[in-house]
Amino acid sequence: MRTSLIRIQAIVIKELLQLRRDKMTFGMVIMIPLVQLLLFAFAINTNIRDIPVGVVDHSQTALSRVLQQTVSATGIVTFTHHYHSTKQAQAAIDRSEVRAVLIIPQDVSQRLVHHPSVGFGLPPSSKEETSRPIAQWLVDGSDTVIAGSIKSLRRMPLVELLDKPANRNTPTFEVTLLYNPEQRSVVNIVPGLVAVILTMTMIMFTSAAIVREQERGNMEMLIITPMAPLELMVGKIIPYIFIGAIQVTIILGLGYWLFNVPFNGGLGQLVLATFLFICASLVLGLVISTIAKSQLQSMQMTVFVLLPSILLSGFMFPYEGMPLPAQYIAEALPATHFIRLIRGVILRDVAVIEMSFDMLWLIAFTCVGLLISALRFKKTLD
Amino acid sequence: MSAAYITNYSNDFAINAEKLTRNFGQLSAVSELDLQVEKQTIYGFLGPNGSGKTTAIRLLTGLLKATSGEVNVLGCQLPRESNKLRLKIGYMTQKFSLYDDLTVKENLQFIAKIYGLTPNEQKARLSELLTIHQLTKQAKQLAGSMSGGQKQRLALAAAVIHKPKLLFLDEPTSAVDPQNRREFWEQLFDLCDQGTTILVSTHYMDEAERCHKLAILENGIKRADDSPQALMSNLAAQVVEIAASDLRQIKNSLIKLPQVISAAQLGTHLRVLVKEEVTQPIALLQQQPCLNPADQLAIVRPSLEDVFVSCTGRGATL
Repeated sequence: MRTSLIRIQAIVIKELLQLRRDKMTFGMVIMIPLVQLLLFAFAINTNIRDIPVGVVDHSQTALSRVLQQTVSATGIVTFTHHYHSTKQAQAAIDRSEVRAVLIIPQDVSQRLVHHPSVGFGLPPSSKEETSRPIAQWLVDGSDTVIAGSIKSLRRMPLVELLDKPANRNTPTFEVTLLYNPEQRSVVNIVPGLVAVILTMTMIMFTSAAIVREQERGNMEMLIITPMAPLELMVGKIIPYIFIGAIQVTIILGLGYWLFNVPFNGGLGQLVLATFLFICASLVLGLVISTIAKSQLQSMQMTVFVLLPSILLSGFMFPYEGMPLPAQYIAEALPATHFIRLIRGVILRDVAVIEMSFDMLWLIAFTCVGLLISALRFKKTLD
Repeated sequence: MSAAYITNYSNDFAINAEKLTRNFGQLSAVSELDLQVEKQTIYGFLGPNGSGKTTAIRLLTGLLKATSGEVNVLGCQLPRESNKLRLKIGYMTQKFSLYDDLTVKENLQFIAKIYGLTPNEQKARLSELLTIHQLTKQAKQLAGSMSGGQKQRLALAAAVIHKPKLLFLDEPTSAVDPQNRREFWEQLFDLCDQGTTILVSTHYMDEAERCHKLAILENGIKRADDSPQALMSNLAAQVVEIAASDLRQIKNSLIKLPQVISAAQLGTHLRVLVKEEVTQPIALLQQQPCLNPADQLAIVRPSLEDVFVSCTGRGATL
């Protein structure tokens, strides 16, 4: 037992020394979370503003101009072009000059007067003309996010068009937004980003770990020594647990100071959840490492795991919206369980133990993975 | 009976292998190798590249499993007791297999810990090894930045850090100059003197000649084994040295004779191996039209290379 610990310690020290001399890798440990955080938090935004749109004004009245101003006052769109006909407008959308065009009909004022929200007319069902919308949007529907933003304009209030207050309906439901009342996407992205970056770096580092020894010819020397496979595996993952901790600190620290991501849960819970996930990812990397024959192969397998971890884990798209087979794949990925845990801890102040399914799953994944990699690692060259 | 026989054997021999065979698919890398290595001797594997030297060493260290055959190394039956064996053997691989991005001292410390040396033992052993292998000045240098000779000394130091009873060296001097090679062999004889059994593979004749005993391997088959002196004196051929002009042409003519095993030029001489059954080799060669009566012919003492050539039927390509 004592010699076993000495051997593990020897491997840990060796890995740390090698890492210290490898300036590039060490730099990437810091740069990857930094750059990713800035990219995801600043560049990726699902609250879209200022979509360039055009207008075809058949009415040419004061009212139609006020209508345009009201629409652009929402901030969602900016009118950049004017077209004379619907045909021209469609051509403009074809060549991507604008993403959508607002077509204001000649009789816009009559339509407005009869519009139910204004209140002069009868209920929409009783008379054909009352239910006509006041204008039409032509939208490039290929991008669903943009289309969705413009669709949200369908029910915009028209108070500014008339002096009279609008006759608005009482909402069917009252909605209370918990945990992220301002609906900032960064609040959801930063905790998820911890999962993505850890998946990427932890799997990448360890998947290269064993393969590198093989490629450089060190393995022939290592397997002739009395070292046990499990000792080698444990010794290889311990240094990277610290690396993972550094990366998590960078992401969450910047998320808190720079982007005001609320930090509602306890630090101990966060450490526990992160530790479980780092172990699971490292072990997954080790399994890859015992399968791959070269560092290039291990890199490809890392990407193979990374892509579903980004797309299916709930980081980008909600888990509930995925078809059943995709949900099964998502359940198999450690990142999915970790994203649930960390969002729970950080945003909703839930204890890890209360989400015991995800917790146990990560623990089981780690144990099974460690066993598989230790079994797969052969002490012979055949 | 057989169990008692093996135990008895393992007391006398460091390595005892019987009909050791290893196949890689269709290729038989080592076939039916019988091997007895006495304790406290230096045993050599001589053979060209691809003759099965490395595979044989890997089989004897437990790195590879034999397709068939029995191996007993230091009383451990392989592959069953290969874990027990690991503490007793040292192995210096053909390619440098320590870490290029660690210093000499860090490499040795790593290996020392892997073999379970206590901190005190470690310190004493490390300074001892650095002195013996003349690496004290390089202790803080990265292994990757050292010369071939220094790397080789470091590899040997790492292989003997736990004082193994049996040391395997796979072409240890292939990247080393003659001066370093001499010193390296001095180290080996010191180790042998202290009780270590050494098995070394090589493709250098001069190195093979230093071994106590030698096995000549070709295509995974053992062609001969004995002490170098015995191999040379028991050579089943006669060696005739010819001094003449136009040696290339003479060589090409003589090699066609059925009685001639091989002919190889050594500077101004041509060395011709003639089959043992020829009673008058000089007379036979002098009859050949390609030779002038003025050319000088003489029977000389066989060298290890002659032994190698007559065993394997290969020319001086080695």
